[in-house]
Amino acid sequence: MNSISLPHPNYVEARRQHGQDNDPRGSVLRLEAVPFRLVSGTELPEVTVAYQAYGTLNADKSNAVLVCHALTGDQHVANPHPITGKEGWWASAVGPGKIIDTNRFYVICANVLGGCLGTTGPKEINPATNREWGIDFPVITIGDMVRLQAAFLDQLGIADLFCVIGGSMGGMQVLDWAARYPERVFSAIPVATTARHSAQNIAFHEVGRQAIMADPEWRGGAYYGGPGPKAGLSVARMAAHITYLSEAGLHQKFGRKLQDRDALTFGFDADFQIESYLRHQGSTFVDRFDANSYLYITRAMDYFDLAADYGGLLANAFKDTQARFCVASFTSDWLYPTAESRAIVHALNAVAAPVSFVEFETDKGHDAFLLDVPEFYDVLRGFIGAAAEKRGL
Amino acid sequence: MATREATIRARDVRVDLLEIGRMIEPGSRVLDIGCGDGDLLYHLVHDRRVDARGMELSREGVNACVARGLSVVQGDADRDLIDYPTGAFDYAILSQTLQAMRDTRAGLEQMLRIGKRAIVSFPNFGYWRVRMQLLFKGRMPDTATLAHPWYNTPNIHLCTIRDFIALCEDLGITIERFLAIDAGGKRSRTVHSTRRANLMAEQALFLLAFNGERDESGAPLYR
Repeated sequence: MNSISLPHPNYVEARRQHGQDNDPRGSVLRLEAVPFRLVSGTELPEVTVAYQAYGTLNADKSNAVLVCHALTGDQHVANPHPITGKEGWWASAVGPGKIIDTNRFYVICANVLGGCLGTTGPKEINPATNREWGIDFPVITIGDMVRLQAAFLDQLGIADLFCVIGGSMGGMQVLDWAARYPERVFSAIPVATTARHSAQNIAFHEVGRQAIMADPEWRGGAYYGGPGPKAGLSVARMAAHITYLSEAGLHQKFGRKLQDRDALTFGFDADFQIESYLRHQGSTFVDRFDANSYLYITRAMDYFDLAADYGGLLANAFKDTQARFCVASFTSDWLYPTAESRAIVHALNAVAAPVSFVEFETDKGHDAFLLDVPEFYDVLRGFIGAAAEKRGL
Repeated sequence: MATREATIRARDVRVDLLEIGRMIEPGSRVLDIGCGDGDLLYHLVHDRRVDARGMELSREGVNACVARGLSVVQGDADRDLIDYPTGAFDYAILSQTLQAMRDTRAGLEQMLRIGKRAIVSFPNFGYWRVRMQLLFKGRMPDTATLAHPWYNTPNIHLCTIRDFIALCEDLGITIERFLAIDAGGKRSRTVHSTRRANLMAEQALFLLAFNGERDESGAPLYR
């Protein structure tokens, strides 16, 4: 296993130097501060973090931006994905001259703890048994993910971050960062997220988990080497994907249009375009995502309740923060509706944190945070530019 | 100081905003309610070293503010002021927004709950030109500060300076300072009495405080 302890000045160059063009993990760091103790009290004897870095860290290490990925995202934020070949999940926002300008900032995105693209998770080897962890992997939390990111940055020698940014589950990490490491975050951008996972969201996650565990190929999580619970994971993805879209967006894109046919078949083929689309989403997902990771990461999101960690009052979580915040939500996001962003803003107001908040009008649903909604990008550009000026970057 | 004011003027800060800026000590915590594109906020933050943030209803306004590096929350003053803690700010400002609020009285009450003081400016409906247009033309007034036709104006609660003073008296709010702004947008050096200003001033600017009884949370107990 490669162990790289220094950040790469440039992604492409790093790939060439290390001949890792074919390694889907990108750069991999073996954590030195082990065992890594989890919130639950369990210890991980070995931990690796797979990550991508773009741009150059400046001399005083003040230009680092941590991008936190969402549930089904990974570290390939701005380069073509090594498995799917598609462009990075936020290539529209991260890159030279883009909103998160890699000519100006040193941008890092690491696969989360419990993930399945190189960071320690259920499909990695449990050193105690020399077999994949499977569901012997300990249950993790968003806080564990953030603590690992901090330990990882410590090892890279990066004491504080110019900006922590992320949407959805990435936004939860942003909030946890601001609360947990108040002196290490200069600016924070939680997008389309919540400080507490709602009953509705837990319910949707439970549907997905049950679909996976009901698949006979799941085999109690010990499916590695076999076909794996593809059908179950695919159903989980299909159900979740509906929550990422909006009624209006679905209607506009698909309506009741038929797929490659002129009439109903009176059967259970994918007659409608929306069915075909969801099946495609499900089947491509199983090629790049591990079902057990899906179980663990959704569980971590369900457990997320930042206020509960700080005496039940969300404002307490932010009382020491020194960060400037930009909170963003989208009108048609019914997974993390604007009211949840407002609750975050109220808590930040209560501790007099400098906070901006904007709700953007779009029919793209929760997924809007991944898309180039021009107003959203304008605000991000303005906020990041002003923060960089304040930081002297 | 003179050179600084010259640079401010060169950037075309409205005179009423300069006057508001003069009322606020550097280092104060300020909430500008209905901050629009952030002209006042920018002036307060950059020229007066004030810890100022804003609330604005329009997405365009918030976008413009955030792009200027200002901290602004998208929100509706009629609905969202209640979410701010009591005494969170030294000043709550309502610049040319009073007349657009749905519940003016509740808005004013909230301002003096979340701010130790409040600064309010509004177009004076008692201004002689306004009176003349109604009296002689029999039409709703059309002036620089009341430039919308009656059927699509955001200004739904217009008042005169005397009306506003009466509301403050009703609530037990103290008027600490008063400025009349003339038709040129300048502070009137000649009009000092509110009675005269009610006829002569196109706009009015008030510095308000609440010195009456408060409940256990520190919120004013209005009359």
